[in-house]
This record gives sequence, C-alpha cells and structure tokens, in this order.
Amino acid sequence: MQCSICKEKPATVHLTQIVGEKMQKLDLCEDCAKTKGVNDPSGFALADIMLGLGAAQEVEQAVGTDLKCPRCGFSQADFKKSGRLGCPECYKTFAEGLGGLLKTMHKGTRHTGKSPEALRASRENSDRLKTLQKKLNKAIESENFEEAAQLRDELKQLTPRAPVSPVK
Amino acid sequence: MKDLHEFLVSPAETARRHGPHDRIVMSSRVRLARNLKEAAFPGWAKKPERVKILETIRPAVESLPEMKDAFSEAMDNLGALDKQILVERHLISREHAAKSSGSGLVLNREETFSVMINEEDHLRMQALRPGLQLKQAWNAIDNLDSELEKKLDYAFDSDLGYLTACPTNLGTGIRVSAMLHLPGLVLGEQINPIIQSVNKLGLAVRGLYGEGTEALGNVFQVSNQMTLGENEPAIVERLEKVLAQIIEHEENARQTLLEKKPKVVFNHIGRAYGILANAHSISSKETMNLLSLMRLGVDMGLFPGAERSLVDELFLVTQPAHLQKKLSDKLTAEERDLIRADMVRERLKNVSRPVINPPPNAAN
Repeated sequence: MQCSICKEKPATVHLTQIVGEKMQKLDLCEDCAKTKGVNDPSGFALADIMLGLGAAQEVEQAVGTDLKCPRCGFSQADFKKSGRLGCPECYKTFAEGLGGLLKTMHKGTRHTGKSPEALRASRENSDRLKTLQKKLNKAIESENFEEAAQLRDELKQLTPRAPVSPVK
Repeated sequence: MKDLHEFLVSPAETARRHGPHDRIVMSSRVRLARNLKEAAFPGWAKKPERVKILETIRPAVESLPEMKDAFSEAMDNLGALDKQILVERHLISREHAAKSSGSGLVLNREETFSVMINEEDHLRMQALRPGLQLKQAWNAIDNLDSELEKKLDYAFDSDLGYLTACPTNLGTGIRVSAMLHLPGLVLGEQINPIIQSVNKLGLAVRGLYGEGTEALGNVFQVSNQMTLGENEPAIVERLEKVLAQIIEHEENARQTLLEKKPKVVFNHIGRAYGILANAHSISSKETMNLLSLMRLGVDMGLFPGAERSLVDELFLVTQPAHLQKKLSDKLTAEERDLIRADMVRERLKNVSRPVINPPPNAAN
C-alpha cells in the first residue's frame, strides 16, 4: 500500500477516524506521518491532516486562492500546506471558508466556554444593553411610554461604559 | 540554569505516585491552548518574533505562585537526550521536543504543571495528575490560566473563543485526556469494538505516544477532539462518563478471563515473567509489552510481595532515553538491548515466579 500523501513510499502508519457515521481512513509512510505530526501524542487529530487535503479545498472554493491575511501575509496556499493558520487575524480573513469546516469539526460553531475575565464583564454588559434595547423597542411599539422612558434612562446609564470590542 | 536531572524526581518516585483508579488509569491530563493577540502563531512567525514572544510569555509564567522554584528553560539549551527524557515522562509533546530556538518550557517543582511555550500555539499549558483526576486537573489549569490572563493579552473572539493555530483546537482550546492500561480488553479481544464505540462518541483513542494503532504496553490515551460549541466542564464530564465505562469493561474483562480462560492468562503472564527475568537482550518495545502483562499479574495477585510501582518504574527506566542517560557512552540500539536485559533481570531477582492460585479477591 502506498502513502496517500507522497504517493511514493509504502504506507506503514494507518489511521482510522470515525465521527458519527463518517469513517475516514488514511495510510501514510513514516516520513509523511512525521511531517504531519502523527507521532505527536498530544496534538494529533485526523482532522489536522485532512485539513491539508480535503478541508483546505473547501476553503479555497469559498474564498479563492489569492486571499492573503492583511495582518500576517498568510495565504490560502499556506493553509493548504500546513493545515494551520498564520495568526489570530486569519480567522477573520478566512472566515467564509472556515465556517463550513468548523461545522464538520466541532459540536457547534459558537464558543460557550470560558472567556477572559475582562471580556466576560463587558460581554455581560453588552448582553444587558441588548436586552434593554429590545424591551425599549417593545415598549415604544406598544406605546407604553412611561416604561420606555425608564428603560431609556437605564440604557443611558449603561452606555458610557462602552464595551471593549472583542477581536473580530 | 538548573540541571534537568537534579530537578526531575527519580523514576522510582514517579512510579509511587498514586491516584484514584490507578490500577487502570495511569494518569490524567488537561491541556489548554492559548495565543497572544498581536503575534503570528509559532509555525508562521519568523525566528525573531518567536524569540520576542518567548521573552514576553516566559517571565509571566515564571512569576505565577505555582511556578515557584520551577524549571524554566529555552528549548535550545536542552540536549536531544534531555528532551527525549521529558517526552518519555509525558512532560512535553514530541512536537515540542523537536523545537529549539524561540521555544521554551516551564515545569513546576511538583511536576504537576508543564507549560510549553511556542509549541504549535504560543502557550500549551497542562495540568497532570496520577490516576483518574480529570476534574482536579481541569480546576488546576483553569486557575493557572486565569492568573496568566491578567498578565498576557490573549487572542479571543466572542464567537469563536480562544483562537488557535489549528482550527481543531478552536474555542476552549482544551484537550482532556487519560492514559489507560487495558491488558484485559486486549487479551479478551474486546479492545477494537471499545475503541470504535469511543470514537463514535467523538473521542480519540491513541497509543502510548500516539504512533500507529497498536498501543505499546497496552497503554491507550483517550481524549476529546471537539473543542468548540461545548463548555469545558461538559467536555470533562463527558470524558469522565466514558472512562467510568471503560474501567468497568476492563475490570469485567479481567474477571472473565480469570474465570473462563485462566490457562491463557497464566500462560501469558508466566511467559512474560520468564522472558523478563531471564533474557540477555531485549528491545524497548518487547519490554513494554511484557511489563504490561506483569503489571496485570501484580493486579491479579500472581506476584505476592511485588509492588505495581516496581513494574511502573521499569516501564520508565527501560525506555531508550532513560536507559541512555544512566550510561556515559553513547550506545547503539543493540548495545542498549543488552544493558536493558541486564537491568530488568537484576531488578526482578527478588520477584518470585507467578503463583497459579491467586489469593481470593486479590483482583480487587
């Protein structure tokens, strides 16, 4: 059996990954396995390798090959080669193509876990602002002006503490 | 600069670390991936930028109270042998061992926290615990991370979470894993269906060092793969539930083997002892696989008086870098096989051959 990456040397490392109903198999030679980090005990996931094969094409179709990250100069071709991104900003640059990829890779596409303390406070603040704004709109719609005035004052009090804008 | 070998506790001591369910769960680990906002990821950053990142992160990590008296070093100051020893101890990844200039390691005094700087991400911090202690490991690394975030500006997006070099780690950046010794399931030929069903739950099963599909010494690592769309406690809990089931299956498999195929079990363990106690040349791989069977024998009470820690210590000191470190001359693999066999024979001198009538309830 030949290595499915270099297609030259015999494959000695065989990987199988089953997620849900989908089974993916990959046969690698020792050299390609090494360069792809397959022997790395902590970092390896089959998806990492597949990124360089299938998934990168998906990104390519979505955004074209010329796209480069304005922050770090990382290109589509680089992603295809390594399966890794260049810098945090790349997530914005390649957002369109990454969306589909993340969906197949993860349980969801929105982070629901831990966040930095400073941001947590500002996020709570902005969530509160949103809720108040909604309530205000409703109050105006239903011509409940007394409540609307009260909500407007509350909003005013919150707004000067402008939320720190997250990396986006 | 601290000497790594004066810093690390002896293999004998590491083998005596105990934790819940350590008959089957050898260790627990939770790793978090973090990156700085304003910098390229290590794989893309040029060397001067990587060095700058290391110079920013390293003092911040060293200043944490948990890192008092820590071992802190740039990877280019560590020799190939030292790096391999750290890999064999599971304190750094293989990928990190390949790094040099611009990467670093901070390891705390108790060897319960290991922070790799400029591995695949700017920060790969892990909490390690003996036995099954995933929640404790998560709480420990969560606290360390919370302290560190006050000193460093993390790349974080309110929708995508912590931004990582590889999209597979995006979101929580968490990898929760446990190292399991599963000789019963391997001997009972139940391991493959177990691996398949664990995979179906979106968890990964790997060998001792991740290579190939066959696990050296019947040691398997089980870990989460998905990091986005689920919070950390949920991921930890899901893994815990699966591990509880695997532990139960392994215990049942051992019990069933003893009841239905005692001769098969005694044959495997007796032969393993026979070779280990009498060989004059033995490879690292064969040693690990046979020590695994001896460990099973100890668990089943077939080696009265022998402690599991002796087997665990041998498991570590017979690996190539640990063996090489004991000797001044650089050895070839063949020469190491001779010395390894001498060492194992010597250590097993006082361990009697396995009994065939284990005392009742020894298996528990």
